[in-house]
This record gives sequence, structure tokens and C-alpha cells, in this order.
Amino acid sequence: MTETEAFEHPFAKYLRAAMMPHIWCSGCGNGIILNAFVHALDEMQMDLNKLVVVSGIGCIGRAAGYTNVDSFHTTHGRPIAFATGVKLAKPELEVVVISGDGDLFAIGGNHFIHAARRNIGIKVICANNFNYGMTGGQVGPTTPLEALTTTTPYGNIEHPFNLVHLAAASGATYVARWTTLHVRMLAISIKKLLQREGFSFIEVVSPCPEIFGRRNKMRTGLEMMEWFRKASVIENFSDPAKAEITPERIVVGEFVDVEKPTYEKLLHDKMAQILKESED
Amino acid sequence: MKSLVEQKVLALNGDEAVAYAAKQADVDVVAAYPITPQTIIVERFSEYVANGEVETAFICTESEHSALTACLAASLTGARTFTASASAGLALMHEMLFVTSGCRAPVVMAIANRALSAPINIHGDQSDTMAQRDSGWIQIYAENAQEVYDSVIQAFRIAEHPDVLLPVMVCLDGFQLSHSVENVNVFPDEIVKKFVEVRRFPKVLTHEGKLALLKLDPENPMTMGPLAFPNYYFEFKRQQEEAMKNALEVIRQVHDEYARISGRNYGDGLLDYYYLEDAEIAAVCLGSTAGTVKTVVDELRAEGVKAGLLRIRTLRPLPFEGIQKALENVKAIAVMDRSMSFGGYGGAVFHEVRHALYDYDKHPFTVNYIYGLGGRDTSPMQIREIYRDLQEILEKNRVETPIRYVGLRE
Ligand code: SF4
Repeated sequence: MTETEAFEHPFAKYLRAAMMPHIWCSGCGNGIILNAFVHALDEMQMDLNKLVVVSGIGCIGRAAGYTNVDSFHTTHGRPIAFATGVKLAKPELEVVVISGDGDLFAIGGNHFIHAARRNIGIKVICANNFNYGMTGGQVGPTTPLEALTTTTPYGNIEHPFNLVHLAAASGATYVARWTTLHVRMLAISIKKLLQREGFSFIEVVSPCPEIFGRRNKMRTGLEMMEWFRKASVIENFSDPAKAEITPERIVVGEFVDVEKPTYEKLLHDKMAQILKESED
Repeated sequence: MKSLVEQKVLALNGDEAVAYAAKQADVDVVAAYPITPQTIIVERFSEYVANGEVETAFICTESEHSALTACLAASLTGARTFTASASAGLALMHEMLFVTSGCRAPVVMAIANRALSAPINIHGDQSDTMAQRDSGWIQIYAENAQEVYDSVIQAFRIAEHPDVLLPVMVCLDGFQLSHSVENVNVFPDEIVKKFVEVRRFPKVLTHEGKLALLKLDPENPMTMGPLAFPNYYFEFKRQQEEAMKNALEVIRQVHDEYARISGRNYGDGLLDYYYLEDAEIAAVCLGSTAGTVKTVVDELRAEGVKAGLLRIRTLRPLPFEGIQKALENVKAIAVMDRSMSFGGYGGAVFHEVRHALYDYDKHPFTVNYIYGLGGRDTSPMQIREIYRDLQEILEKNRVETPIRYVGLRE
């Protein structure tokens, strides 16, 4: 065995080597997000036996298969519903959903708002790449107005979601947005997300140069990152309603950080109360 | 057969052939959601919309469930409506499939057949449409991109026929057809427009006692999809079944009329017969596999083997009597299923074909071959083996394994 073969990457234990190489395009932001996630796990010395990663359909959906923990790759739109089941059956587990904007906010949008509303203690990391990258770049729920996609060849006329506003309005207890340029902040934010009790959400604005960027004058990952660098401003705890993403401005930072009882806790308390009443 | 009109040859894959046909069919509303391997259909169509080549209101909805719901509603107002999906997308539409057929809305939908999760698989098999065969939709399975194009055009005429008024699925095998480029003969736009005509509506008696066209129209208000309790529900369902029966004849008529213009026919529109007149052994299959089987039949015939093929083009409505007649003199039959009916005795097509043969005096040997799940390739060699099995069955005069799996690791 040569010396180089003997050396193992310090993060190797977090990823499934058998699944590599990954499928993501060069310049894609998904690797950065997974990297930040793994960094956060490592810094927290997270017990991997207590962690579950759930993802849906889309490029970032591969994250469930790549992380070396118990994971499930659901059908399109269903990771939050699946995570809800895991969390209810095993509340002691840390359940993290890593999925994309189309999966979480179009076909699975209903699950998101209701999980946030009832404050079930699952953690959601959304890679927002502004389109359906995996199926070839169709318009999605976060596609900016006027952006070009395969189904809007002359410009999008649908108003996009402002995800942090949606999350905050739906009742999420922790809401943040970063771009893949903000790697350190993202890793720190993921650590916070993992420490929260209630429904927590991070939107990661992520470059998709191969499918979205090249139709929108940003052919490389670098050009997309350049957009993020120019447009992003850190404004912690600013009004999420005013944080729409525009070509000129991407407000990043933490928007919400509050505590309120989780669904699991209230459920547990209610059951205890009913039990006690029936005993009395 | 000679074509009555000049046609242009385009190099199109199956998905593009669908989009081209839908474009020419003068569709008013398209609502869809992306899913592999159907995406190209909607992408091409959205280009037509954006280029102003069609006057279609087009929306990319937030899920397949919403896509079909929007199509249903548009169809009920009188619009000609089209969508496309596959696999999990079709499964997500399940609820609305029944509402669409129950409302007698003639929506046309192309399905690029794909396996169902779990495990996740984006490749071709027919599990998705087989699972929906009792949803009240007409199902046509195409063999190649040309037939895909022809079938989509025919589908509008069939669906909107006043004796039918049922939604139609045109099924094309994912990747084998959806993504393979072939030469496709296409009509000039005006020929298709003339063929599909403008949508016609039967007259019905409204609650106000007026005769009105069956569509949502503020001038003649009516309710669609209301409650029908035990006192009426059953009759509604019986009428749907009657419409399916009528569809057998309408599909044949529309097919024949189209064949006269195009010079192309697919059997009688319901069943496609290949060397069946004197066949002793025959396969029965759906979709693109028939192309491979036909090649093998040609080889066998050259070797003097009396082999044949029955391709079921229309699975719903099932041409029950046609199947009986077609297989009348065949002694051993291999029914090929590209999906599973878990816990059933063999696959869905096997159930149908054996069922059709029951009422019939001669009972040929019938075996089932499950093949090609999750996109697994089925080679001409494997098809030859199927025919060899049939010969062996005839030699031994018995069936040892009635349900078999093609190219499976066991
Ligand atoms: S299509 Fe876009 S999101 Fe998907 S892997 Fe490629 S760059 Fe990343």
C-alpha cells in the first residue's frame, strides 16, 4: 500500500465512498452545501447513529445517498412528510431534510407549510437553484421573473416564492438564508439549525450553471458566484417579507430565531395529561 | 397503402412526435409538470407557445395532481386539453384520473412509460399505466415514434366523439420511444386541423329544462361532478362502461379514416396482427417490444417456423373478441408483461389474454413472460428463447413453468 492510499480524509466517515464520484455538474453548489453540512456535523461531533437524512427528487436529492447515515430518498415532494413520520416514531433522532426548491415548495409545498405550522422538530435545508435542474431546467416556484428556462423561453411571468418569508409566515422557529458563497456562515447556521428544537429552515441560494446559469448569462459556477458576491447583503433579523431575491439584491442572514413548544412535546404532554386524567 | 396527402419526414424522438402532434391538433390548454422521461414533450410544447406557433394557454403547475385538475376543468369548459406525464407523476394524478373519466372530460394525455418507486428508477416499464388501467381512461400503446404521432392525433377524435367522451392516454415506452430519434412522417398542419375538427358537444337537458351543450357555460349553467349517492352513482358508472364499449368501434373508425389519409395502418386500430393466420406459436405484447418481436418472427419464418405476434394496441377498452379471434388457431401463446401484478397469477396482460381465451372451446397453452422491468434490455436472442420455449411446450404437450422472467438474476 502506498502512503497516499493509506491516508484517509478526515471527513471520510460522513460520506459513502461507494457512491462517489457524485453526479453533480462542475460548478454546481450542491457539493458546497453537503460540505458545509458535513463540517457542521464534524464540529458538533454529531452522533451519526442519531442522525437521519431525508431527501426528495432533484439533483440535491442525492445527498441522502451520499451521507453515511440512515437515510431515505423519497418520491418527489415527500421528504417532509416522510421526515414527519420518522420524527414521530423516533423523537430522539435528529431528522434533517435536504432537498431542492421544486421538491419542497412546488409538488411538496403543502407539507412544508404544515410541518412549519405545527412546529414539528425537523430541520430543512433547501438548495434553491431557481429551476428544475435535474429534469433539464423547467420553470419552478423560485424562478425569478423574466428568467429564461426551457418552459419559459421568452422569460418567466410567474412571481416566485420568497422562501424565507414563507417559512417565517408559516411558523418556522429558525429561518436563515445564505448563498454558497457564504460557506462559513452556512456551516455555523447549520450547527444552529441542528441545535434548535422546533421546525427550522435554511435556504441556500445555489449555483446551477449547467442548466439555469447558461440560459441566464451565467455560464459557469464562477459567474453565478460572482452574482451572489455582488448582490448579497447580510442583514440579520431584517424583515423576511422584504427579502425577495432580485438580480440586484439577495438579502442573506438569519431572519427568525425563536423558541416555541414543538409538536412532539405538546403531543407527549397531552398524552400524559389524558392518561393522568383517566387514572384520577 | 398509399397516402392521400403529401407528408414531410422529420427526425423526431417519441416525445417530440407527441409535442408535434399536439401542436397540430389545435389544443387550447396545456397544464403540465416536469418528470423524466416525459419532459421533452412539455419543453417542445412550451417553445411552440413562446414562438406563437400555437394559440394555447400553457401553465407549468406545481404538481401533476394540479396539472390534471387544471386540464379537467379546462376541458369541462369546452377547451381541447392536453397534458403529459409518467411514473410517479401519473400515480400522483390517480385521484383526478377517476374524476376526469367520471366527468366524461375528453382530456388527452401522453405517458412516457416509466417504472415506479421504490427503488427509484427513471427507466422504462409499463407499471405506471398498468396500475391505472381501471381508471376509466382509454389506453393506446404505440410501437414506434410514427405511431406515437398518429395516435396522439387520433386520440383527440376518439376522446371527443359524442358516443365516447372519455379521456385517452397514449403510452410510449420511456427512453426506447421517448428518447429515440426516428423518421416520422408528418402531415401539413391544415390536414391535422381538418382531421381533428373543432370539438363537438352533445346536447343535454339542464336543471332548468333547457337543451344545452354539455360544457360549463354561464349562459346555460350546469353542475359538473356533483354528489351521486346510492340512488344514482351506479348508473353513472354503467354509462362509462357503455362509453368504453362504444369506443371499440370509434377507435376502429378513426383509425381507418386516418389510415386512408396517411397510408399507415396499425392492424385494425385495436390489435395489430403479425403472421397470425397460420401461426402455431405466438407472442402477445404491447408497445415498442413488438418491433423486436417482429424482427424475430421474420427470422423464424425464414427458418420455416410458424411464429406470429399479436400486439395489443388498445388495452382499454380491451378488444376481447378480437383477441379470441386472433389467437383462434394458435397452439401455444407467450404473453409478455412489462409490469408486475404483485400477488396475482402473472402480469396484467396475461390476466386479460387468458381471460379472453377462457370462453373459447380450444384452450391453447398460455405462458407469461415478465420482462424489461426498470428499463432492463430485452434482446432478440431472449425473444427467440421465448419462441423456443413455446416449441418445447408443444413437443412435450405440457407447460412446466407458467410464469417466467426474462433475463432475471435468480
Ligand atoms: S443541473 Fe444544476 S443543480 Fe443539478 S447538478 Fe447540475 S448544476 Fe447542479
